Amino acid sequence: MTLFGYRVPMMASLIVWCILWELVGQSGAMFLVPPLSSVLAAAVTMVQTQTWQAAALITLHSFVVGMAFAIVVGVTLGVLMGRFKAVDDLFGIWVNIFVSAPLSALVPVLMILFGMGETTVVVTVFLFAVWIIVLDTRAGIRHVPNSLIEMGRSYGASTFALYSKIVLLAALPEILAGIRLGLVRGVKGVVIGQLLVSIIGYGELFELYSRSFDMENFWALTIILFAAAMLMSAAIEHIEKKVDYYAGVR
Amino acid sequence: MMASTQADTRVNGPARAVHSPAGLSLGLGRLFLRYPILSRVVSLGLFFLAWEIAGRVPISYAFPTFFDTAYAFGTMIADGSLISAYGSTLQPLVIGIAISGVVGIVLGIVMGLSRMAEWLVAPLFIVLQSAPMAALIPLITFVYGIGLAAKTLAVIMLALPVIVLNGYKAVRNANPSLVAMCYSFQGTRLQQITKVIIPDASPVIFAGLRLGLAAGFIGVILAELLITPTGIGDLITYHRSVANYAEMYAAVVSIILVSTVTLAALEAFEVRVLRPEKRRG
Amino acid sequence: MTMSDAVFNIEKDVPADAVVEVRGICKKYGEVEALRNIDLDFPRGKLTTLLGPSGCGKTTLLKIIAGLIEPSAGEVRVNGRPVTGPGPERAFVFQDFALMPWATVMRNVAFGLELKGMGKAERQSIAAKYIAEVGLSGFEDKYPHELSGGMRQRVGLARAFAVNAEVLLLDEPFSAVDEQNRRKFQEDLLRLVEKERKTFIFVTHSIEEAVYVSDRIVLLSRRPGRVSQIIEPKIDRTASPDAIRRDQGYLDTVEEIWQGLKHYVD
Repeated sequence: MTLFGYRVPMMASLIVWCILWELVGQSGAMFLVPPLSSVLAAAVTMVQTQTWQAAALITLHSFVVGMAFAIVVGVTLGVLMGRFKAVDDLFGIWVNIFVSAPLSALVPVLMILFGMGETTVVVTVFLFAVWIIVLDTRAGIRHVPNSLIEMGRSYGASTFALYSKIVLLAALPEILAGIRLGLVRGVKGVVIGQLLVSIIGYGELFELYSRSFDMENFWALTIILFAAAMLMSAAIEHIEKKVDYYAGVR
Repeated sequence: MMASTQADTRVNGPARAVHSPAGLSLGLGRLFLRYPILSRVVSLGLFFLAWEIAGRVPISYAFPTFFDTAYAFGTMIADGSLISAYGSTLQPLVIGIAISGVVGIVLGIVMGLSRMAEWLVAPLFIVLQSAPMAALIPLITFVYGIGLAAKTLAVIMLALPVIVLNGYKAVRNANPSLVAMCYSFQGTRLQQITKVIIPDASPVIFAGLRLGLAAGFIGVILAELLITPTGIGDLITYHRSVANYAEMYAAVVSIILVSTVTLAALEAFEVRVLRPEKRRG
Repeated sequence: MTMSDAVFNIEKDVPADAVVEVRGICKKYGEVEALRNIDLDFPRGKLTTLLGPSGCGKTTLLKIIAGLIEPSAGEVRVNGRPVTGPGPERAFVFQDFALMPWATVMRNVAFGLELKGMGKAERQSIAAKYIAEVGLSGFEDKYPHELSGGMRQRVGLARAFAVNAEVLLLDEPFSAVDEQNRRKFQEDLLRLVEKERKTFIFVTHSIEEAVYVSDRIVLLSRRPGRVSQIIEPKIDRTASPDAIRRDQGYLDTVEEIWQGLKHYVD
């Protein structure tokens, strides 16, 4: 948008919403919404506490481990599905079911199988993130032009070189897009997992603050979480843009 | 076959298509249509076989066999508990999606047409779309208690952002060539919007509704597990607490089944009715 | 400048009856100058082609005449009235066809009339006439995706005819059509030019196509686009299409234009 001839960046409108939040909070009309300023103050105090740091660490740990599995498994399965019809036939239907299934219903099953602890959260992150990575990787591999593979073969590339130097790199834009979407889903997974397990990490804190009507800390927790999710997504998008240039000319 | 494979890769193919939430749009129903019946049967059969074996071993005291689960599923349908649970789960889902659909589509179209609305509202929904909204579900109880309204709100919170953003992107990216065509034949702005932009955007808007429904399923189950012990969520929690694992698994599988069938049906409708150019044959 | 017998230069004299007058048109996209000071007249009832290397701004000029793009300077007059936007006396045929995928051939062809608020029965009978004229009878209820590229562009052409504009603007209409269909289409176009008695302004980058279909050819130079030459091919149009393509005048004109354009090609 342009205002008085200046281009106002899109995200600048978030400031308007923040001001609105502050005003609603100051008016005290809704007890659920404390002023943004006091939420930010609470956030500053909160990040210095031992409890928050421990919770954040455990949350981050579950997230990273779950995502690492999701990326490795997702990309591998996606490549196999993209290249081999038998694998595609075998897994295609399940990947497509789980990518849009209400996985929150599966978490109680995970809780009895893996216990009320971190493992359950890790598996939840994995299950939320992996399917979209598989689908996008598969699409990327399918998108690699045959002539590029034939070029590699005709110049005598080994199978390993063919995959590592041609196929994976050619499919990189889609794979990264899949990973970014997977990360967004993974964050949702870690939150849903911890909320349902509710005795570890961020989930425990959410439970604690919402039970004790401590809205300032509750919103502080939410804001940090949202900001972290946005930053991560923006970072991946940045990397994506760097490889996007060749998506058009493959 | 060649042509359909090509169309498929184009749907999920180029990076740009994958960026938008609509990128996923044609995954499900299409794949159901595309995979031959035999491989579908083999794939399902192998999965159930693996499940049965894992249940017989058993890999965990809480892992019933496939047949036990199927039997439990049958009894739950027979005694009506599953049916009544779905009544209580689907009602807020339908209401929530209807509200999100109307509000979201209108908002999305307005954002797609007006730069000012886009500037003001789009970033908010971009944040809500990529943020874990589930974290806010515990708050709902404070205002709306644990009744229908609370569950409906949980559905709206998760479904609205994707519906809004799909509508917005669809309208904003309406085929510029068609818009120019309408202008060159002296169509008014209103004709341009109603006769070209909205029809052109409708497949993506509909895909947004479908993705919203998928998110709504997550939301309603989450609300039932977290704040209001009713419906399918309650069945899952209850059977777990009394260690009726077969019944619990049956409830979980049934909700995944219901959501998958619903979404696939919507997608088949989308391909058949809204995209004449993608229809086969 | 040498001229073959078949070609003579008429850059100086202005045709008596010009439907479209282009006066001092300039177009800049930021720093890039696409068109510089274009003065042109398009005589009534003739087919005039804008021909030039890619990036010479020929499509930009056509869209300025159509009123789809605003010029940076200068003006276009149609029947003496300045152009401020699209008007009922002009109809545009799009390079990418611009057909609505959700509408049948019938609705696509009648769309211009639908926008004018004409009743359904009336507009459909007019559309049916032009659908027959472009050779698509029987395809009224098909959707664009069920048609070949050549057939789709026939729909685009019928849509432009249906609004009964005086001037038809064709933006590389055959560029997305394969070679065989293209030839057939060119022949049909000549027949329609003969029959409809309208003014055609045609953009192409194919020299053979330009010489084959045009009464006048305007050669544009490379960016910034300027009028470099105007050629009137002297070809006996009453001959059969195959005879025309072997006509000495046709071949000489093609060669003449190629010699003129050659130095623009890297």
